[in-house]
Amino acid sequence: MTVLEHHLRTARADGRRLLIPYVMAGVVPDWLDLVRGAAEAGADAVEIGLPFSDPMLDGPTVQQAAALATRRGGRPRPLLDELAGLDLDVPLVVMTYANVALTLTPSHGVGGFLDHLAAVGVQGVIVPDLPLEESSEYLARAAEASVAAVLLAAPACGDDRCREIARASSGFVYCMSSMRTTGERNALATTARENARRLKGMTELPVVTGFGISTVEHAVEACVDADGVVVGSAFMRMLVDGAPVAEVVDAVAAFRRALSSVGG
Amino acid sequence: MSVEEVVSTGAMRAPDAAGRFGRFGGRYLPEALMPAVQAVEAAFREAWADAAFMTEYRRLLATYVGRPTPLTECARLSEALGVRVLLKREDLAHTGSHKINNVLGQALLAKRMGKRKLIAETGAGQHGVATATAAALLDLSCTVYMGQTDVRRQEMNVFRMDLLGAEVVPVTSANGIGTLKEATNAALRAWVNETEDAHYCVGSVMGPHPYPWMVREFQRVIGEEARAQCADRLSTAVPDVVVACIGGGSNAAGTFAGFVDTPARLVGVEAAGGSAVEKGKLGVLHGFMSHFLQDDDSQILEAESISAGLDYPGIGPEHVHLAETGRVQYTSVTDDQAVRALTLVTRTEGILPALESAHALAWVVDAAATGELAAGSTVLVTLSGRGDKDIQQIREHLR
Ligand SMILES: Cc1ncc(COP(=O)(O)O)c(C=O)c1O
Repeated sequence: MTVLEHHLRTARADGRRLLIPYVMAGVVPDWLDLVRGAAEAGADAVEIGLPFSDPMLDGPTVQQAAALATRRGGRPRPLLDELAGLDLDVPLVVMTYANVALTLTPSHGVGGFLDHLAAVGVQGVIVPDLPLEESSEYLARAAEASVAAVLLAAPACGDDRCREIARASSGFVYCMSSMRTTGERNALATTARENARRLKGMTELPVVTGFGISTVEHAVEACVDADGVVVGSAFMRMLVDGAPVAEVVDAVAAFRRALSSVGG
Repeated sequence: MSVEEVVSTGAMRAPDAAGRFGRFGGRYLPEALMPAVQAVEAAFREAWADAAFMTEYRRLLATYVGRPTPLTECARLSEALGVRVLLKREDLAHTGSHKINNVLGQALLAKRMGKRKLIAETGAGQHGVATATAAALLDLSCTVYMGQTDVRRQEMNVFRMDLLGAEVVPVTSANGIGTLKEATNAALRAWVNETEDAHYCVGSVMGPHPYPWMVREFQRVIGEEARAQCADRLSTAVPDVVVACIGGGSNAAGTFAGFVDTPARLVGVEAAGGSAVEKGKLGVLHGFMSHFLQDDDSQILEAESISAGLDYPGIGPEHVHLAETGRVQYTSVTDDQAVRALTLVTRTEGILPALESAHALAWVVDAAATGELAAGSTVLVTLSGRGDKDIQQIREHLR
């Protein structure tokens, strides 16, 4: 069992709803303080975005966060190296796009990228534009590097495909709440709970719902069926609008408190 | 007979089951889009083998697009260059470029799939205009994503789309740039949000499988007609050299498909500022693996060209494969070369080519001058579109 899966399962076994905040690496100068602060505020893992020029699955907020990071000179490899100094009690999961994963170490392909993740202490990875069909080498190399490759399941995927995704995923299964790009939403999509319920019936892995979880109410509602939530744009929006890191840490703590009141 | 055997002959075959031409192509998409592209592939395979679909498609090409487009012998240009130049006149196709060939195929497919809307990205605006046109014809709604920079430099086409009833959405990236790359990002994101209702009508031989293959098949008509017209017109039946410009590579792919199994030398011409074959590196963007202009930090760069339609940092996957196998030669020309060739062709033949097409012509002009093209050889150039949309740009460049 991967470290990520073990960590999340242990938390789940304690009756806890999982909270995974997303932080775009380099979005503000003190972004590492946010990673640390989120961990201390009760995150069960932290998802770290690596900036890419063409984030196909991201809405305006994460696009802006990536652009901020890039404008500040943030580049995937040095940003990853900054993670090496962190000594956290919670696992880190890196999210980026296929072009970064395949070309970060040009002569070593996706295996080099995964080895690099392992070397800086990252336990999980998400590459949303590597669907099952393009994933065989990626999944094999991730297993070798002991990095949990988390796969996403979309509401529109048929049951057979979802079952395959759940079987091939490690760490947790990322339940897409809706057929939408990332971004803040007014309400939780009706597909969010249905998709989580379906996935829960297919796997023992933790099922964590993400995309559009914008308020503590959305998080609580999603967790009626899911084991936890990923919250990204809601936190990144605060940073993009100029809020200090401490305020975002408070917001993470608020999600934690709300989820603890449901999950025990 | 399998579908593949029906639709493809010679070296430019159907890709493998994973949608690959050699190492290139594939389907690098979020799961959210997988069901939608799988449905497009299934629908295309079925439609392409369905006589009723083909009859309807061919009827539209003949009675609506005006196909076959003529093959024009260029007497004065040939005399000036010392080589015999023939133009395949896609500029005379309805809406003014080859883009309509692909769009009508995909729009019919969208209808067949029960979709009510077309989404498209556009650079020069030609693909956007073609998509808006097909949408009007077939009673579909239409949203076209266009980079802010291109909205500015292709004003006329923006207005045309508007007249045709399409919604044009100007796109700027969070980094403030807006050309074809950003338009494609926006179109893909829009599709994620509307897969149920909308078909994404990709404008070139790029994107995830089956698009590079499907778009080439819809453009194959250029090459097949030209092949037959050459057989009629030339004592050698086949020209010595076949040349086309390359943005994503659809007019070139369609042209080359007709000549790949002949001895003709095939030449693809990119814009110098967007030359993915020469300067690009292996990568993944917009759902496919190919060569892309990118920096050492895995960030995709913007292409830079006077021609909005060639302003793409990548190239269709099959072209990189054809470059690797050596069957097609890829080269590039500068803005200046393109504008000079455009002027020459306009003055000698009374034909105003699109800036994109002028790149193919520029290579011919230069190769004839340097002797790379032997005197007296016969050259077929695909004139992919007409230059009316570019008047303003050309004027500014010449000032
Ligand atoms: C007239 C014309 N030619 C060529 C192109 C380039 O596209 P492709 O390489 O797919 O033919 C465009 C694209 O906008 C165009 O408008």
